[in-house]
Amino acid sequence: MSRTLLEFKNISKTYSGNQVLKDVSFDIREGEIHALLGENGAGKSTIMNILFGMPVIHSTGGFEGELHIDEKKVDVNSPFDAMALGIGMVHQEFMLIPGFTIAENVKLNREIEKNNIINTITSSLFGKRMKTLDRKAMNRDARKALDKLDMSIEEFTLVQGLPIGYMQFVEIAREIDKKGLKVLVLDEPTAVLTESEAEHLLSAMRNIAALGIAIVFISHRLNEITAVSDRVTILRDGEHVITKDTKDTNVLEIAEYMVGRKVSIDRTSGEGRQFDDNSDIALSVKDLYVAMPNEQVKGISFDVRKGEIFGIGGLAGQGKLGIANGLMGIYEAKGDILINGQKVALGKTRQMLGMGAAFVSEDRKGVGLLIEESIEDNIVFTAMNIHSEFLNALGLANKHTIREHARKMIKELDIRCTSEKQHTGRLSGGNQQKVCLARALTQKPSILFVSEPTRGIDIGAKKLILDLLLKLSREQGMTIIMTSSELAELCSISDRVAIVCEGEMVGILPPDASLSKFGLMMSGIKEAEGEVAS
Amino acid sequence: MSEKVTENVSFLSLIRKIPFSTRAVGLFYIAVVITGVVVGWPFGMLISSSLHLFGVWAILTLANVPSIQSGTGPNFALPIGIVSGLLAMVLILAMNVMGWMFMLLSTILAIILGSIAGFFYGRLMNAVKGSEMAIAPYTGFAITAIFGLVWLTLPIDHPNMLFFLGDGLRHQIPLDYFNANFILANLLQFEIAGVTVRTGELIVVFVACALMWLFFRTKTGIAISAVGRSPMFAKAAGINVNRSRIIANMISTAVAAVGIVVYAQGFGFVQLYDFPMFFAFPAIAGILVGGASGQRARVMNVIVGAFLFQGLLALALPVFTRVLADTDVGGVVNQIRMIVQNGIILYALALMARGAKQ
Repeated sequence: MSRTLLEFKNISKTYSGNQVLKDVSFDIREGEIHALLGENGAGKSTIMNILFGMPVIHSTGGFEGELHIDEKKVDVNSPFDAMALGIGMVHQEFMLIPGFTIAENVKLNREIEKNNIINTITSSLFGKRMKTLDRKAMNRDARKALDKLDMSIEEFTLVQGLPIGYMQFVEIAREIDKKGLKVLVLDEPTAVLTESEAEHLLSAMRNIAALGIAIVFISHRLNEITAVSDRVTILRDGEHVITKDTKDTNVLEIAEYMVGRKVSIDRTSGEGRQFDDNSDIALSVKDLYVAMPNEQVKGISFDVRKGEIFGIGGLAGQGKLGIANGLMGIYEAKGDILINGQKVALGKTRQMLGMGAAFVSEDRKGVGLLIEESIEDNIVFTAMNIHSEFLNALGLANKHTIREHARKMIKELDIRCTSEKQHTGRLSGGNQQKVCLARALTQKPSILFVSEPTRGIDIGAKKLILDLLLKLSREQGMTIIMTSSELAELCSISDRVAIVCEGEMVGILPPDASLSKFGLMMSGIKEAEGEVAS
Repeated sequence: MSEKVTENVSFLSLIRKIPFSTRAVGLFYIAVVITGVVVGWPFGMLISSSLHLFGVWAILTLANVPSIQSGTGPNFALPIGIVSGLLAMVLILAMNVMGWMFMLLSTILAIILGSIAGFFYGRLMNAVKGSEMAIAPYTGFAITAIFGLVWLTLPIDHPNMLFFLGDGLRHQIPLDYFNANFILANLLQFEIAGVTVRTGELIVVFVACALMWLFFRTKTGIAISAVGRSPMFAKAAGINVNRSRIIANMISTAVAAVGIVVYAQGFGFVQLYDFPMFFAFPAIAGILVGGASGQRARVMNVIVGAFLFQGLLALALPVFTRVLADTDVGGVVNQIRMIVQNGIILYALALMARGAKQ
């Protein structure tokens, strides 16, 4: 067994009172490929930011615990420290200069220089600045790095116009060209790659590891992880779940560890209601494509029965949020949509709202609220606009009815505020969410889309909102399409839960299906494949 | 929306609620009035001239409210509206319409032409979203230049409107030939404690302000405000963002067109050619001094701002002339006035740019 290279010891981190890492310890060995896994918000990025000395860590009060490299405690206070210690990172967003060649990008700020006439004369004045670039040497080094990655592309090609997969390799080449690289962190490197490119990358990773460089590989594609990694570490809700040799585990087990379950919401009776095949379809979606940045939807079809609560889950960036946004016309979309059997054109928000659809956006401050306006104005806004309610005979806003309605809503939803005139920007997250819901309910919708209704809000508000959704469905027969990253919460109130991965719907499960099934689907593995894998 | 005002608010904390720029210019205004009185100008005369400029500038300043509220920013292309208003007046005058009929018809025509011009201007602003403030001023300059040619070539042969020699409209068409000079200003004009109050003009100003205030309480007005605050919010609420911005700019341009009609009667001339170029910045500085930001403007900002900013400019000339003991070598006083005017404009725009960053 190779020796331990890097150790995380009892790492804890708090962001403004919110603990995101709790006493996490694990180690990375020389020349191993170590997979780091976890749902969104499990703490993967935070721990990598700590390793890389990112300013976001140190500007928020640093962290507890210690980092050890080669069994010595190290302080990483900035990315420069990290680089000096031999830690390299390839980010999800590429940091390349398009107009430079591959070699120039690889050697950026570490250029090889040689003397020339001017520089010899003026060196006392300008020092190194007037030296010439030694392109031959630079190209040679870049070639070496590319060869290690099995990249046949010419090193003097411009980065501009390269396929996105190649850019990823250029980034990696830059890291491995650095002298003394010990640990290379790859954050979701295959997310942007095609299948064959991804395979190429995996084999390149093995080559790099063979050189004695440790690789920390962050991915949610379980198949890749089991194929390439030596060990896996799983984080969940900021806690270290387990570190295991990959050969001793399997996809199913990993999926279960990853999803886990911390159910804090009691399951009330009636979930997983079976809807008759003959019951009315409230919403029918066929071949939906949505061009929402980072949440692209690539051909999704489903039907939702009248009165049903339809849950949509999946990891962040996989497209689950794109569905509601596309249907409501926030982002460009195409597909065939029927509401109560009537065809609806996509991109016509007004028409959707007019047909009784309401939307509570996941982006509370950007889309959900006018943060500089009062609670009452926020609550009545859409109803006023779509149904011309709350106006007096002259067409002016009717302060009296607006106030009355706002007070009623504040009471019903228990919105904690100083008065209905308070600006929504000053409310807590939970109360802001209640205002968003109040606005949607004021439209008296028959179909309600709610996206991430409980993100970033306290447990009390969470419970109230979920109970309210349940009540609306049970008592008023409202059809609810709820999108959430929290599986537990989806399962607690939905009748069916659909899982979206890479823009496609992997499958639909009853809310009481096993965790491993959900976990596999979130990684894009359909049930049948999962059984083969196990 | 106004914050809840509790009853025991002290006078000082009320003052603190006034934006700093308004307080600063307000103090400067008071200082200039006091200096004016000290150097011997009658107080009534100083206030009268402040009120005069307020009356002619208020509606032009008001034109910024819809554009700011819709998120297009202050109307740097004010010359478009002004040219529309000038064209309306020129066309009505060419038919030899006089007096009140001239006021009425040219106001109506100004609104129509202004709305049409505003429609195209709004579409332009939608096409250059994000760079409105870079494009708008030059749009205004370009329109002014194009109309420089139009004034020369319009087939009008009214002797009181043409150059004495050759073709083309005069730089200044005197409205006294048409019984329309000071027509609003003189209506119900009275003097109190040495202050001349041009009642008719002020009534028109306040009616325009009231209509604007009411408009922003209608469904459409509220929708426009939402577009300016958060286009995504507005979109999610089913509002057509581009259409709202066009409506806002149509109103803005039409108001500017009416504004120049009021302005022209207040000075007694219809001024053409380069004249529209110099309106955008003072009007914008006015509303900003009154407490508006690049994203948020209220009618009250117009009234306060137009009075302080234009009042200050009205006083600068006579007061500084006296302060310098009538030794106006090489037009120094006018230079000082320009420094005051452009200094405040610079200050207001800098504050606006800083506000946008925060």
